[in-house]
Formats: sequence, C-alpha cells, structure tokens
Amino acid sequence: MIEDSAERGSFSRRDFLKAGGVGIAGAAILGAAGCGGSQQGSSSKSNGKQGLVSRGDIHIEFISHGPASDPFWSVVINGINQAEKDLGVSVKYRAPDTYSVPQIQQNFDSAIASNPSGIAATVADVSAFGPKVKKAVSKGIPVVMLNAGLDAWQKLGALNYVGQTEYQAGVEAGKKMAQSGVKSALVINHQQGVVTLDQRFEGFKKGIGGNARQIAVNGNDPTAVRNGVKTALKQNPGVDGLLTLGPQGALPTLQALKGNNRIKFATFDLAPEILRAVRDGRMLFAIDQQQFLQGYLPVAFLTTYVQYLLHPIGVVPTGPAFVTKDNAQKVISLSKEGIR
Amino acid sequence: MAQTATADERVRQVGILRRWLTRPELAAVAGAILVFAFFAIVAGDSGFLTLGGTASYLEVAAQLGVVTVPVSLLMIAGEFDLSVGSMVGAAGMLIALGVTQFGWPLWLSIAAAIVFAALVGLFNGYVVIKTRLHSFIVTLGMLFALRGLTIGFTRLITSRTQIGGLDSATHGSPLRPIFAGTVGGFPVSIIWWLVLAAIGTWVLQRTVFGNWTFGAGGDPDAARNVGVPVDRVKMTLFVCTAVSAALLAAIQVLAAGSADVLRGENLELQAIAASVIGGVLLTGGYGSVVGALFGALIFGMVQQGIFFTGVNTDWFLVFVGVMLLVAVLFNNYIRKRASEAR
Repeated sequence: MIEDSAERGSFSRRDFLKAGGVGIAGAAILGAAGCGGSQQGSSSKSNGKQGLVSRGDIHIEFISHGPASDPFWSVVINGINQAEKDLGVSVKYRAPDTYSVPQIQQNFDSAIASNPSGIAATVADVSAFGPKVKKAVSKGIPVVMLNAGLDAWQKLGALNYVGQTEYQAGVEAGKKMAQSGVKSALVINHQQGVVTLDQRFEGFKKGIGGNARQIAVNGNDPTAVRNGVKTALKQNPGVDGLLTLGPQGALPTLQALKGNNRIKFATFDLAPEILRAVRDGRMLFAIDQQQFLQGYLPVAFLTTYVQYLLHPIGVVPTGPAFVTKDNAQKVISLSKEGIR
Repeated sequence: MAQTATADERVRQVGILRRWLTRPELAAVAGAILVFAFFAIVAGDSGFLTLGGTASYLEVAAQLGVVTVPVSLLMIAGEFDLSVGSMVGAAGMLIALGVTQFGWPLWLSIAAAIVFAALVGLFNGYVVIKTRLHSFIVTLGMLFALRGLTIGFTRLITSRTQIGGLDSATHGSPLRPIFAGTVGGFPVSIIWWLVLAAIGTWVLQRTVFGNWTFGAGGDPDAARNVGVPVDRVKMTLFVCTAVSAALLAAIQVLAAGSADVLRGENLELQAIAASVIGGVLLTGGYGSVVGALFGALIFGMVQQGIFFTGVNTDWFLVFVGVMLLVAVLFNNYIRKRASEAR
C-alpha cells in the first residue's frame, strides 16, 4: 500500500520515501478521503468509488516533446485517448510541431496556469523543463513523468516515471541476438544524429559483447537503404546478424535480405510488415517499447492519485518487450490500428 | 550556346575538339569519370566494378535522374521547383492509400497520383506567372504545404504515418514490371531514366520548345519580344517536374513495397545539385540534359560508393559534400579553360 501526503507540495517525494514510505499522516488522510468520498457521491459518470473528487472533474495536462506526425507519438496519443475514454477524465495533449525548447516551456506555463488536476510530462531536457516540473509540484499539482527524464524524476519531485531506457533496450536486444548465436552484427542507422538511436546502438553493442558496427543510411530513400545494406553485407562477409533501429531501415533491409537465410535480422519498433516477417520467421524479433502504455498509464496513475492518493512508486518500465514468432500474429491487427 | 554544324560564312569554323570542350555537359562527364576512377581504385576489388555493384549505384542514380531531367529543363528556363521532394512523398502515399485503403486497382492509383501531380504543377506555374513571385518562394511554400497535407491526411485515414503491404496487394499486376521490374538484371528505373534523358535532350536540342526554354531562362523579356510564349513554356515544365516526381513515387513505392510520409525529403536539393554539377546555371539560360544525367550519375556513385570503400559512415555526408564540391570545381575549371581557349 502506498500513500502520499495531501500537502504534496511542501516536501519532496524523496524525503517522504526516506521517512519510511508510509506516512502516518498520509494514512490518516487517505482514510479520511475514503470516508469523504463516499459522502459526496454526486457524479454518476465516474466508475468505481468516488474518492476525493469525481472523475468527471479530473482534468489532466499532457505535455510532450513529440509531434503527432511521428509514428511513435501517434501511438502514444492513441493510448491517451483510450485512457480518457476508459476512465472518464479529460486530457489535453500539448506538443510542438517540431522540437522547440521555448515552445515546450510555454506549454508548461500555460498548463500550470490552467490549474489542472495533474500533469503528465516528458522531460527531454532536464535543465530546460526541470524547473517547470518543480514549479508545478510546488504549486501542489501532481506530476507523472514519462518517456524522457528517467534520471531526474525523483529530484524533480514527480510521483513516478513511465518508460523505457533506450540503452537498456539495446542491451537486451544485444543479449537476445547473442543467445541466438550471432557472433558479429551490423547495425543500420536510418537517421544519423538522433540521440535515442545512438543510445540503442551503444546498448546493443554492450549486450552482444562488443562485436557490432554501425552503418548510416538515408532513411528517406528506401532504394539507397536497400542497396546500401546489400553492399555493406558483401563488404562484411563475417557478419551474421543485422539490427535496424526503426521501420524506415527495417523494410528496405527485408528486401535486401531476400533469399539470404544466413543472416539473423531484428529491429526496433513495429510495423505490420515487420510483424509479418517475424511471424514467417524471416526476422528473429522486433523490440516493442509499448508506447501505448506511455500514453495510457500516466493518465491512469494521475487519476488514481487525484482520486484516491494511490500511485505506483518508482519506474514503471514499458519496454523492451519482444515480439517473436510466437506472438507476432496477434499483434499484427493491433499494429494496423495504431496500438502497437 | 547552340552550335550548328552548317557551313555558313557568318559562323566561325570551330574544331571538333574545341566544340566538344565548350559543351556544358563536358565537365560533368569528366567529373563522372573522375569519381568512377576514384572508387574503381579505392574499392575496385570489393565489388564496385561488378555487375551487382554497377546496378546498385545506377539504380540510385536513376531514381534521382528521373526527376533531375525535368528539373534541369525548368532551371534552364529560369525557374526552380523545390516541391518535387514533397511531391514524391505525397504521390507515393496517394498510390499506397489508393491500393491498400481504398481498394483501387494499381493503374487507377497511379493515374490519380499523376493527375494530382499535374494539378499541383499547374498551380505552381500559375502562381509563379500570375503573381510574378520568385518560383523559389512559391515552390518552397508548396514544399511545406504538400508535406503537411501528406502527414495530416495519412494520419487521419490510417492513424499511422507509414503504409506497407503493397507487395502483396499489387502481386501479379501487369503494371508492376513496368515500374519496378528488372531488365537483364538491371532495375527498369534505369531505362526510365535513360529514355527520359534522351527525350529531354531531343526536346532541348532539336525542337522549337527547346529554343524557347533557353530563351525563357536567358532573357525572358527579349524572348517575349520575339514571340516566345515564355509563360506557357514555364507552365509546361512545372507540370513536367511534378509529374516526374509522381513517376518516381510509383517506381519507389512499388520497388520498396511501402510508403511513408517523409519519403523524398531533400530530393529537391539533390536534383538541383545534380543539375548544377551537370553544368546547368543557377541563373538559367544555360545547361544540358546530358549534363544533368551525369550529375545524377555522380550522385549515385558517391552515395553508394562509400559502402564499397568500407569507410565509417559517420563521415558519409562529409564525403558526399566534398565530392560534389570537387566535381563542381572541376566542372568550372574545365569550362573556364575551354572558353579561354576559344
């Protein structure tokens, strides 16, 4: 059982944990909240017990650095929409069209000013957005962090963190590939310069035991990717494993590997064709960070917190989950719907 | 620049070598030989010179070249089209949506993409001519708007930004080999490229329209005064660039089996770069399609050649940039030598 103080702004969550995790005051307040909640009972819209407030009154601000055009974030948004529907709360998603620090800072300010029940936030730049999270916390607004800011969530006083570390996901992918007998791997980077892709590569290199080389291709030109991969494989005849860092690299690579059964191939992130290839055994596995949950869970956690002062402690990892031959078929239709 | 070989006392007799030296495409041809020699020496023993290696860079060059042919003609006519890259993304998505989401037959999807492209080209040309705005600005606006529309509509219809499954959906279609087949082990796109370049060269060198194109880019007012329909020439070429982008989209989508909303990014700059390497002046009025053909060839060789060298790909763009700069400098040097020698 986990409680937190109602005066959550007055001292940081970390101090609270140090003090023993279960505050007597918190327990008392929770008990009182349970009683108070049962006495209100006005809204019929909310599911379950009423708690401190009715769900219809809960308004959550979702502040993200991910544009809706990105295939990754479009799935996160689908998760948010589902949570909104399931829980009967309202959520506002705020993100810039392209990554822009000043605009995201403004989004934080206007979100805080709207006096929300809670804030879900990606903290892609701790020095730029950290103070905004602190400001929200000090105003008594509960914050759940997701996707980015893993190292800072406790320091900033957030309730918890939902996400995957790209590095760790890479490590797991490397281990899994090594287990399947791969000795030397080639990694195809379809978008050079993106930090998360480099983290995936660094993790993978560690996981597989060092024997991995990165090759950059132009992900916007599938023909160049396909021919580049073909050539790179000829250049590196010792390579027996291939990893792409996203669907833009994976789909042309599948073509490049046509008729080549020697190379074990895996990728980060899902697409329907990738899943079919996994199902048919043309690919070893696909790494899913289940970002639908990165949209759904923060909304759910904030709802139970605002309503009952309940929330999971610590980091809730959403990945890496592996899609393999065994479960690929089930996931295909979900991927088409933008859930996986 | 057009040299005629007829014996006329008003035309100075020029030696064959000199005449050849002053052609705009000469430097691009020499540059291509230079780049080829470089990779043949550095990576010759690692497959660059094999049939497979040749097909690999020719295919990349061909796909760029399909768009570069009309882009170079438009540049000779004094205008830019920066929207071709976004057009590839939009037309590709239209084909993919048509086949996989709306259940259209492949021919209808491709026809729809080509009609759409032609309309966008007409719009580009119309705005440029009516408003007298620089085509750089007009087509830059189109670059953003088309990309945005592609992202917006694709998300609206599919809630994804990437569509695949075209391989199975178009399996057995007689149109497939036309766009994505192979001829003697080489991708059919190479034939599209060579045929388009041949048509472009013929139009530019041998037809009235070609003369009009030079006139429109060289001195539009003077051209108008002698009766050249400058607006019509430009309008036609804007339609050609957009339609060539749709053609490339059909080739690419069918060859790759998938479309995504970001396809073709930066292609407009590559097409302009290939044209400039090929001897087309940024200011218009001078250039050749054969030069643009070799410009695209240089691009393809550099882009794929680096994989044969085994160089760390972190340095890939440096390599591309330096190679292009060297090619253009060499281009200028030869042209200067040639014109001094006159």
